[in-house]
Amino acid sequence: MTATDLIHVGPAPEQKPVFTGRGHDRSPKERGFRALLVACLAIGIVFLVVLLAYVLIEGWPRLDGALFGNQASQLRPATAGAQAAILGTLWLMAGTALISLPIGVLAAVYLEEYADRDKWYNRLIELNIQNLAAVPSVVYGILGLGLIVRGPLSLGPVLIAGAIILALLILPVIIISSREAIRAVPDSLRDGSLALGATRWQTIWRTVLPNSIPGIATGSILALSRAIGEAAPLIIIGVAGFLTFNPASMFDRFTALPIQIYSYASRPQEAFIVLSSALIVVLLLILLVMNSVAIYIRNKYQRRW
Amino acid sequence: MSTATNTTGAGVSLRRSQPRYGERAIEAVLFLAALISILTTIGIVVAIIGPTIDFFQEPAVSLWDFLTGTEWTVLFADQNFGVLPLVTATLTTTVIALLVAIPIGLGAAIYLAEYASPRARKVLKPILEVLAGIPTVVYGFFALAFITPQILQRLIDIGTFSMLSAGLVMGIMIVPTVASLSEDAMTAVPQSLRDGAYALGSTKMHVATRVVVPAAISGIVAAFVLGFSRAIGETMIVVLAAGSSPNLTLNPLEPAQTMTAFIAQAASGDQPTGSIGYESLFAVAALLFVITVVMNYISIRLVRRYREEYE
Repeated sequence: MTATDLIHVGPAPEQKPVFTGRGHDRSPKERGFRALLVACLAIGIVFLVVLLAYVLIEGWPRLDGALFGNQASQLRPATAGAQAAILGTLWLMAGTALISLPIGVLAAVYLEEYADRDKWYNRLIELNIQNLAAVPSVVYGILGLGLIVRGPLSLGPVLIAGAIILALLILPVIIISSREAIRAVPDSLRDGSLALGATRWQTIWRTVLPNSIPGIATGSILALSRAIGEAAPLIIIGVAGFLTFNPASMFDRFTALPIQIYSYASRPQEAFIVLSSALIVVLLLILLVMNSVAIYIRNKYQRRW
Repeated sequence: MSTATNTTGAGVSLRRSQPRYGERAIEAVLFLAALISILTTIGIVVAIIGPTIDFFQEPAVSLWDFLTGTEWTVLFADQNFGVLPLVTATLTTTVIALLVAIPIGLGAAIYLAEYASPRARKVLKPILEVLAGIPTVVYGFFALAFITPQILQRLIDIGTFSMLSAGLVMGIMIVPTVASLSEDAMTAVPQSLRDGAYALGSTKMHVATRVVVPAAISGIVAAFVLGFSRAIGETMIVVLAAGSSPNLTLNPLEPAQTMTAFIAQAASGDQPTGSIGYESLFAVAALLFVITVVMNYISIRLVRRYREEYE
């Protein structure tokens, strides 16, 4: 512990604390409290390590070619695969990204660059986005079931329906993180562009957006990785757990990895536990790749002004 | 107005005389994109409200029975429409989850905000955030396949499905939510408050517990409320680990079906559109939606309060 540890959080780093309380650090009460805090953090980390070790050890025997090469089966867990689910998840990811990215980024541009915060409707939009970010995913499933899968649109549990629901689910996250990226672009860049005679939109399109793309990309990839792990809304709209054909278009029925994991996991036989563990490893690997890309983009391209 | 400025001859207006229609159109498109979030909320309300009204208009159902009845057997031949068993199961799993998430999340947040060196923080915080990125179906599987048989069943007499197992795992899932929001609130507390306490001879523990935590309390409470709203809305963990039979009990060792678990079960059972089973899942969803919106609103208000205080 050094004195600098205490000031990294403060708004005025040049003011060093006169007295840091370090002299009392060695009393048993102080050390006990500190140990308690470390224990809290340790519980979370130990849980994570045990979880990862468990699925890896349990699923190891089934991390084979059949997992990708074969289709799902309720009868032959030893050779069953999840080809349709893996492909379904990739399709779903693409569809969700295509729908949520343009809408999310455009909405963020509006809220950061155009919206007048004194107007009631702009404040309503902001409050609404904050609220939607914390609405449970089952509720989005209900929206999809009532309006898209059945009801007015009646598309059935097809890929495009799943993609729309997941896109709406992560839209608030994309908007919030894109806004932060746009806000981080300094006003001097905007002023420079406007001073050269560019219009507002030219300034946004050629100056603000190119400079905020790393932040937008990072936030969007993280949001997408949340979407592909979602099972609840897809179960609500009736996505089947055992599908033995691959999707060929956005209007085909489909299944996805989290659903496949759920339907295997709810069977008691050991072979299905092994199979779901192996699929969890596949799902976590996809998430790991996405998160690594996001972190790489952030570290490589993010500029600080 | 414009004629007045022109007659003074003080200068030419810098505004273009002709409006740029392209610019106006772009602004309209951007506004429409932002409006989609409002349409989503309207869509949710519209989707829920129709079948919910139909549900309460069924001759077998009354609002009073729904809110006070003690049996929920919608998917059986002998139908009863008392939502209380689903509510008690949701409450029990949520309370267990919060009993885990609040102390652990707050402890982790105090450590990260007040004790950890910048380097330790840089390593520890992302690890904790990995917990938030793990899909909930994985947590549910882990509760069912590991926590219950390998840990709980060795310690206590407990069945394959229990609210305890689901609640414990859900608690760990919520730890990063509680920790990261609480930490934000604590980091926003001005350094001068800490310096003042140190100058009076306080120890580090006293500064953390009697100065920083009270000063950040509205943000910390907001974190708890958000954790609460995540817990009652969580689906996959309870579907997999808490069982699928409605059960009016607060005993965490027993299996029980929560509101979200019922919604998932009823929806995956392919209820025909317009049937009482189909309508009932929208009625339960309406209850869930109302509870979470109220919780979220409280949380948003509390966060605003601490932002106003210190920024």
